[in-house]
Amino acid sequence: MKYALGPILYYWPKQRVEDFYHMVAKSDVDIVYLGETVCSKRRELKIQDWLKIAQMLIGAGKKVCLSTMALLETPSDLAMLKRYCDQQDFMIEANDLSAIQLLSKQDLPFSVGPAVNCYNAQTLDLFLNKGMKRWTMPVELSHDWLRKIVNAPLLENKRTDFEVEVFAYGNMPLAYSARCFTARSENHSKDECKLCCIDYPQGRVVNSQDKNQLFVINGIQTMSGLKYNLINDLKSMHNTVDVVRLSPESEDTLKMLKNFRANETGQNPMPLDKEQECNGYWHKVEGMVQVEV
Amino acid sequence: MELLCPAGSLASLKAAVDAGADAVYIGFKDDTNARHFAGLNFTDRQLEKGIRYLRQHNCRLHVAINTFAHPDGLERWKGSVDKAVSIGADVLIIADLAVLDYCAKTYPNIEIHASVQASVTNAAAINFFVDSFNVKRVVLPRVLSIHQVRQLARVSPVEIEVFAYGSLCIMAEGRCYLSSYLTGESPNTAGACSPAKFVEYKETDTGLETHLNGILIDKFTDDEKAGYPTLCKGRFDVGDERYHALEEPTSLNSMEMLPELMQMGISAIKIEGRQRSPAYVSQVTKSWRQAIDACKASPDSFKPSVETEQCLSNLSEGSQTTLGAYHKKWK
Repeated sequence: MKYALGPILYYWPKQRVEDFYHMVAKSDVDIVYLGETVCSKRRELKIQDWLKIAQMLIGAGKKVCLSTMALLETPSDLAMLKRYCDQQDFMIEANDLSAIQLLSKQDLPFSVGPAVNCYNAQTLDLFLNKGMKRWTMPVELSHDWLRKIVNAPLLENKRTDFEVEVFAYGNMPLAYSARCFTARSENHSKDECKLCCIDYPQGRVVNSQDKNQLFVINGIQTMSGLKYNLINDLKSMHNTVDVVRLSPESEDTLKMLKNFRANETGQNPMPLDKEQECNGYWHKVEGMVQVEV
Repeated sequence: MELLCPAGSLASLKAAVDAGADAVYIGFKDDTNARHFAGLNFTDRQLEKGIRYLRQHNCRLHVAINTFAHPDGLERWKGSVDKAVSIGADVLIIADLAVLDYCAKTYPNIEIHASVQASVTNAAAINFFVDSFNVKRVVLPRVLSIHQVRQLARVSPVEIEVFAYGSLCIMAEGRCYLSSYLTGESPNTAGACSPAKFVEYKETDTGLETHLNGILIDKFTDDEKAGYPTLCKGRFDVGDERYHALEEPTSLNSMEMLPELMQMGISAIKIEGRQRSPAYVSQVTKSWRQAIDACKASPDSFKPSVETEQCLSNLSEGSQTTLGAYHKKWK
């Protein structure tokens, strides 16, 4: 089983990002996704900066994939996406069908991210025919749903043509909006957001009136209020999942990665935090629920 | 410009036609459509009557098959496509790539529209749907500003449809899992957001509470009107503030932008609300029919009448309307 670090979903200062990836270089992660996937106004790092980090990680023996935006709305968003898709040194993670369109036209291989809707084997097959090499399933799907897709007769002879990845740790991206919720929380309009996301390196918590931690707002993205944690489900993944994704929450995520590896076959289970963590989606119930494994 | 109206029932279909709709959209009575609500949609007999009515009045039929096929259920989605074609639908509105693929290959001559649930927000994504499935139109999610809609309309090789009026979904549709996070069921997997079976109203000493699957969505004082607990429209706490952190209970109303939409060549405007009553459908359709006709006649001087604006705001959620994302200053 391989381990991947998803793209940093929050807006961190450049120095913190660079320091983080220097730690990543020394970690035992296999695959690293780099880039801004949430908001095109977050420009602490330019494309050249990301490519530099990518080269550094390659030098450290990591596989690198450049992640792209989930919600592209303007010609300039698309122009930026094209720049990523036109370079051929690194594989691209498509988080919107636009990226799949651009990459398949150039016959370039790609990875399909969790923000792309793929709910059945026929859709996966369509992506395979367009050049998909790795697929991260939408976060709302269960182990059962995943098994039904990958075991479909349609994919029987193609199972070695692609890897299956599962988002297994971190606050899950659940929705993308026209609205910037972080700007709204500070009473700014989206156009005059003052890049205030940078003040919330783990997003802003949204509580219900009776203090239930429902969501985390992260710019135009709404995330799960609780951290998804499938550390105790790794054993059940062996026949279906090739890559386990941890989403960077902070530098501590690298410690969590060690814990994941240690429990790969189930010999070092870790009790989940009753207040802060969930695993419901994998078990085919509400995402926010914590199921005893 | 086509006026496309919702028909959640036979009575609504007739109401829309009588009030001047150019086309109506419907769904079948199962989870292949994103308004899979109890008591809604068409049985075969109702369908037959509805189609006869549409034909008599020269009105087009769009069938929405706009959820995502389950891994062991594609046959059901294919069945809905077959059925829509066999009853003589003029258009199929589809979101799932597997269903689009089936439809495009099996019925190359049927007109396909990329559903709003397909989340098409840019030119390259439009090209994906045109190249892969030969769609004739895309329905844009309600996340774009009017300027962004204009930019897309300028380059799109196919027709563009936008939402004009009705409940406002502020997320890129088809990519919102908030409902399954709280209830286990989402529009993509079960055809409904914040499903009614999870809703509970609780009278307390301090006011009326609305819950969704046990989660407190909002609390209303006696002088406030309690709304349906759509999970993104509750009042929540962020930092020290309690407010509609995601969205107010309000409706989209873009009527004042009608001249602009017409000028940029938008092919159709859609009225949301298959879950609304026939009376609602009738009033909203009538207002928009009048507006479109008036705007066509004199686009330069068009302005929605005070009565129309009043009527539309009375019909809307929370009696409030907004231009939503179309408006740049939207917070």
